[in-house]
Parts: sequence; C-alpha cells; structure tokens
Amino acid sequence: MTDPKPFVEIRHAQKSYGSLEVLKDISLTVQRGEIVAIIGPSGSGKSTLLRAINDLDPLTGGEIILDGVQVNKTLPHRQYEKHINGMRQQIGMVFQHFNLFPHLSVRDNVTMAPKLLKGISGKEADKLAEEQLTHVGMLERIDYYPSQLSGGQKQRVAIARALAMEPKLMLFDEATSALDPELVEEVNLVMKKLAEEHMTMIIVTHEMDFAASVCDRVLFMDQGVVVEEGPPGKIFKNPDMDRTKEFLRKHLAGSK
Amino acid sequence: MGLDFTVIPSYADALLLGVLWTIAITVSSAVLSFFGGIMFAVIALYAPLVIRLPFRFFAWLFMGTPLLLQLFLIYFGLVELGIDLPAFVAGVIGLGLHFAVYNSELIQTAIVAVDKGQMEAARTLGLSRPQALIKVVIPQAVRDVIPPIGNNMIALLKDSALVSVIGVTELTLSAQLAIGRTYRPFEFYAAAAVLYYIINLGMEAVLRRIERRTQLSR
Repeated sequence: MTDPKPFVEIRHAQKSYGSLEVLKDISLTVQRGEIVAIIGPSGSGKSTLLRAINDLDPLTGGEIILDGVQVNKTLPHRQYEKHINGMRQQIGMVFQHFNLFPHLSVRDNVTMAPKLLKGISGKEADKLAEEQLTHVGMLERIDYYPSQLSGGQKQRVAIARALAMEPKLMLFDEATSALDPELVEEVNLVMKKLAEEHMTMIIVTHEMDFAASVCDRVLFMDQGVVVEEGPPGKIFKNPDMDRTKEFLRKHLAGSK
Repeated sequence: MGLDFTVIPSYADALLLGVLWTIAITVSSAVLSFFGGIMFAVIALYAPLVIRLPFRFFAWLFMGTPLLLQLFLIYFGLVELGIDLPAFVAGVIGLGLHFAVYNSELIQTAIVAVDKGQMEAARTLGLSRPQALIKVVIPQAVRDVIPPIGNNMIALLKDSALVSVIGVTELTLSAQLAIGRTYRPFEFYAAAAVLYYIINLGMEAVLRRIERRTQLSR
C-alpha cells in the first residue's frame, strides 16, 4: 500500500452486552480504496463490528478512526450528536433489509438527506438523483415508490441513496442476504462497479464467490475475534486455521 | 296532528348556515386534533419527565371526563380566570384537544411500530434524531393510522353537536331555533339528521381519497 496512514483504523474494539462479550479486542486497518470482506458464522460479531464503525452499535471499548478523525469520541451529548451526524454523512451504509423510506418516491429517497443536510436546491437534487440512479441502473424507476420495486431494485436504490451523500467509506451489511437468488447478481454488479471506482468498502457477506472475486482482503471472524485474515486466494484456498477451514467446508457444502 | 315537512324550506337558509358552521367547526377541530395529536404523541414518547407527567394528567383529564363538561369548563369556567373566548373558539379548542388526545394514542402506537431500520437508515445518512423523526418516522406512523384517525374524525363531526350548548349556531342549534318558532321538532330534527348524514358521506369520501393517495407510499 502506498498510503502509509490507514484510512480506517479500528483499535482494540470491544463490545459487550452485560456479561456477553460479542467483540473481543479487535484491531483492523483498511487502506483508502481497499475492499475488505468480513465473513463468519452468525453470532460471530461481524455485523456488530460493521455497525460499530458508524456508531450505530456503540463500542464499549476501543477506537474507530476514519481518515484521521475518531468516530466514537467521548463528548458531551449535544456535541457528540453534532460530531456523529457529521461523521455518518461520510460513511454510507447498506442494510440487509434495504430500509428504504416507503413514504418517499425513489427520487426523494435519494435526495432527502442531501437536501436536508447539505442544503442543495431542488434542481441540484434532481440532477443528483438522476446521476446516482443512472449509476445503479434505476433511472427509469425514479418516480416509483419502494413498494413497487423488487428486492434487487430496492437494494440498488438504497445504494444510490447512500452514495448521494458522497461518502468516503461504504459499509455493506449482508446486502444480498434477503434477496431471491436471481436478484443477487444485479446488486453484486453495482457493488463491483463501485469497487472498480476505488470506493473504500467493508462488506459483511455470506457470499464467498463474491468476496473472492471483488475483495482485496478477507477477514474470518468467529466468537468475537478475527480468527484469520488475508487475500481471498489464501483464505478460501489455503487457510491456516482449523476454524476457518471448518467454516468454509460447512458453508460451501451448505450453499451447494 | 300530522307531520308537515313544508315548513322546512322557509328555514332552509338557517339550516344551511348551520351546516356551514358545523363544517367549519369540524374542519377546524379536525386540523387541531390532527396536529395536536402528533405533538402530544411526540411529547408522550420523547419529552423529559417534567413535561411528560403534567401532560399525562392533562391527557387523562380529556379522556376521563365528559366532553360536554370540558366545553363548559373552557367556555364558562375560563372566564373566571379572565380568559373570555368566543364560543366558536372555545368549541374548536374543546373538540380539538379532546380528539387530539385520542389521535395521540393512535399515533404513539404507530410511531413505536415503525420498523427500527427506518430510524437507523435515517441516522446513518447523518440525520439527527429529531430530523429522522420528522422526516422519516412520523410521516410513516401517521400514514399507518389514517383509517382509525378517520373514524375519530367522524365521531368528531357527530360530537360537534355538543357545541350548540355553548351557543354556536351550528346545525343542531339551528334546528332547535327553528323548532322554537314552529313547534315542529320531528321535522327539523329529521332534517338535521339527514344533513349530518350528508356531511358524513362527504367526509368519508374525502377520507377514502386520502387513504387511496397514501396507499402506494406505505
């Protein structure tokens, strides 16, 4: 990597619910433009880790740093709210269940936040919506409502909505897990396109083929720790750890 | 002595004026009860305890006492405190707040029922909690309860007859005044009933239209 300073840095992330420790001292760095996949069994803490990055699930210990700024700063409530809202504008997130706003048209889903938070005009917003929806191949549905879209279309709009805030980092939380198999590809294609544009992405996924073909690095998590990490060729073909091997064997057997 | 409906046309003007007042008081109270309902719901769910507790007492007062008594209290009672409201205004405040409390119960339930992912998605984009509530959660909650709120508004229309007792010449009082002159209670009460029914049909049509319009966006 040419950039000596990591773009995303997670230092000693720790999270517990009461006595249940779901993240145990996780440290991780991601370079600008890097695409990292996090895989692992359910309950391994991978979604929790992802949701900690934009402080949706706050850590109980450790630090998250994005582009030199600590995300989970300790600040008085009001100041913290202002700080975190600013940080979240730079971090796009895509959810398993899309979470599109059903009461807004596709256009307004994309432009609501930029209009409200960046104060762009109606005209600029229309242009932005058209650009972002073209990017994900959804321009022709600009005046539809989410209830009129398929799952794959919804997810593509959700990606456009996140991109409209011009984030520095994109987080994908099992973005294709809730989709019918035949709809997965259209979302994967959009994510591949983002990869080609060098968007920094952290992707929690169950899709090993996708992780192998798109990601620069794969992390295998289990029981709140990163068991193993490395390039996809290594992790998928020749992992060092027995837990990784076992997970991959079960997972690949299950998906066939 | 037989019924004689021919007396009605000569009081048509008075009855129609009564209809207009009934519509005016119903629409004003409905608007107040709708926005008041949203405000009360937000207070009940999110306000700090020092605001929430007195508010709960106030809500209990409006739900647990007769509307008629509330109207008397607002119109006649408040005069003693130096607040002398016109009858129409007192009526709108009474009906509006009374139904706002009922609407608020519906809206509160609906706000809580909005999928958590909606708030999360809004917060992830950088919206503050109040912004997310105003732009994302509350509009969805309100859409979800349009049919039951519509039922409340029909009840409001019927209860608007109560403001006749504080002297607003709406439909019921107009009928009573005509009866006072003609001694024809059956004819005029029946005429008033028919007019209420027609207003009711109009209101239902408007509500259906609103429901249909918001159907796609749910």
